[in-house]
Amino acid sequence: MADAATVALAEDASKYKWGFSSDVESEMAPKGLNEDTVRYISAKKGEPEWMLDWRLKAFRLWEKAESPDWAKLDIAPIDYQDAYYYAEPKVKPKLDSLDDLDPAIRETYEKLGIPIEEQKVLANVEGARKVAVDAVFDSVSVATTFREELSKAGVIFLSISEAIKEHPQLVKKWLGSVVPQRDNYFATLNSAVFSDGTFVYIPEGVRCPMELSTYFRINAENTGQFERTLIVADKGSYVSYLEGCTAPMRDENQLHAAVVELVALEDAEIKYSTVQNWYPGDEDGKGGIYNFVTKRALCQGDRSKVSWTQVETGSAVTWKYPSCVLNGRDSVGEFYSVALTNNRQQADTGTKMVHNAPGTRSTIISKGISAGRSDNTYRGLVRVGPSAENVRNFTQCDSLLLGDECGAHTVPYIEVKNPSAQIEHEATTSKISDDQMFYAQSRGLDEEEAVALIVNGFAKEVLQQLPMEFAVEAQKLLGISLEGAVG
Amino acid sequence: MLKIENLTATVGDKQIINGLTLDLPAGEVHAIMGPNGSGKSTLSYALAGRDGYEVTAGSALLDGEDLLDMEPHERSAAGLYLGLQYPVEIPGVSNLTFLRTAINAQREGRGEDAVSAGDFMRAIRGEAEAFDLSMDHMKRGVNVGFSGGEKKRNEMIQMAMIQPKCAILDETDSGLDIDALRVVADGINRMRDPKRSFLLITHYQRLLDYVQPDKVHVLKGGQIVKTGGPELAHELEREGYDTVTAPELAGAA
Repeated sequence: MADAATVALAEDASKYKWGFSSDVESEMAPKGLNEDTVRYISAKKGEPEWMLDWRLKAFRLWEKAESPDWAKLDIAPIDYQDAYYYAEPKVKPKLDSLDDLDPAIRETYEKLGIPIEEQKVLANVEGARKVAVDAVFDSVSVATTFREELSKAGVIFLSISEAIKEHPQLVKKWLGSVVPQRDNYFATLNSAVFSDGTFVYIPEGVRCPMELSTYFRINAENTGQFERTLIVADKGSYVSYLEGCTAPMRDENQLHAAVVELVALEDAEIKYSTVQNWYPGDEDGKGGIYNFVTKRALCQGDRSKVSWTQVETGSAVTWKYPSCVLNGRDSVGEFYSVALTNNRQQADTGTKMVHNAPGTRSTIISKGISAGRSDNTYRGLVRVGPSAENVRNFTQCDSLLLGDECGAHTVPYIEVKNPSAQIEHEATTSKISDDQMFYAQSRGLDEEEAVALIVNGFAKEVLQQLPMEFAVEAQKLLGISLEGAVG
Repeated sequence: MLKIENLTATVGDKQIINGLTLDLPAGEVHAIMGPNGSGKSTLSYALAGRDGYEVTAGSALLDGEDLLDMEPHERSAAGLYLGLQYPVEIPGVSNLTFLRTAINAQREGRGEDAVSAGDFMRAIRGEAEAFDLSMDHMKRGVNVGFSGGEKKRNEMIQMAMIQPKCAILDETDSGLDIDALRVVADGINRMRDPKRSFLLITHYQRLLDYVQPDKVHVLKGGQIVKTGGPELAHELEREGYDTVTAPELAGAA
């Protein structure tokens, strides 16, 4: 008899703590990808004609496009016809709050450990800090909270499917403006078949009254997930957006190809934080998620600012370069990243800072942690255009190695066409020393606690950029992800 | 308290400790002196359980518990403390975080409750002051940017916070100026307790001017070759290790 305690024990014993899959019936698009699939998705969502046309245009581009050449990654070819492109939970009521949610979905969130603060808010605890959660369960947003308070402030926080219907002008204006359809193979694919995602608009002069948060979770077997996120911060506005995700254990590789577009107008600021924990595969790398994401921000207005912070611990293969195109005078781009790879994981991640306007500044802090037989590459571009006077960039790339079978690589690209630019690049590579390990152990920490402590120290500069509750979660995640990496 | 019998330990292929026997009763302070290469640090690492320091024979008991059967962190929870000759830097981890994490891990190992943030902060303010380091030092990364003397005093702060049963201090006095030496010695004297014992590993006699040992052992070739009272330290200082431990002289004494 499997009673609750046994189930709990079994879950504890499982190597991937969040490897479970909840029991919600999926409604699938037929397997494979062709024009009909695109039409099916669009029809399923009741999209207007212009949206379908946009998707079809992307699909035709994708058909002609070639799969990219992997710089530092070693992956098997992907059979795009052997996957489902759309799935949604069958129970899909309109909800006022998460309390009315399907209990099975609710339970999934419980297991995901949605932060206490948010739970308090959901339980309506007085004085709790406000965080709005737009929950993306598989591909469809099933619930959005705090809409009322946000709408009072004029903030639009919707699933992108809703936004397409309710705010077509805004979506039409900005969708694809930062990441064009033909940008890269996966962005083109996403443009054709994106399932759902989030749309945020912060009106002029508004400081978003709460942190916005979305939890993504891949749930149906063999379902690629193609989120589309679009955040527009109008003049003088501010928003902090949190994205976090975990995924259930699977045998077959799952493709995840999201597109995130940020637009910051004059004096606007966007802070975008991610904790990514997709299923990394087993110890031999079998069954993990492929995470091929295009994230880009347009600092369009003068003095605008975008700050990316990411903690990447999951996925079998990560290919991701959150970037800033600095078009506004004196605009600022920041990139803070911790990428951790263990076992057979491969990560090729970094950023692009494109300085097109005078006085623009960027900061890149990248911390790579490699363990097991994994490969971890930082790839970053700093480009200064000819008319961009007095540009400044500071880049720091630190790599930490655990064991001697893993790899760390730093590949900076610097293209400067204006002699007034000041570009600094620092890079270090170190190992956790036996001395450090013994020191911590002799003070009472076991091997895993010692590694977690040292690694968190290494990543501190980045972790402290995260909002408090996220930082705590991220610290735990680094420890969990390295279990078994030493000894 | 600490009972070592016939201990043999190797580093790589080399046998460094050769059948060492030492009895350190509760409440006592013993000093181990010896020339370079006599095995002083190997002894402390072997007792603390460092990887690569393999005990091949003999036993070491702390309050009757078999130390050699435990992982390093378990030895620490059991009450053993090792003050290192060369304390290590851990960037990004503040001394406060490091020490509080360590204390709570030890407490958990003993089945005790975690120390409250308030109690911890009160205690560490007092100890930092006692060992002449600022709270600013405590907020910095573990030993990062500390001078040699500051690192040693930090080892003492950790010891005072952890309150071990048995502390092995490996050349804590080396690299200290006379004022710092006094601060360290005062700390040891303050912590002397009928239930606690100290093993001071040192090159020089000068620490023993401030901390009166109950016994002095001479370590040579991985063995205790001579044991005496505090006067032995003076004798070593005067005559040198070779003379004091020469076979005929040792036999005559």
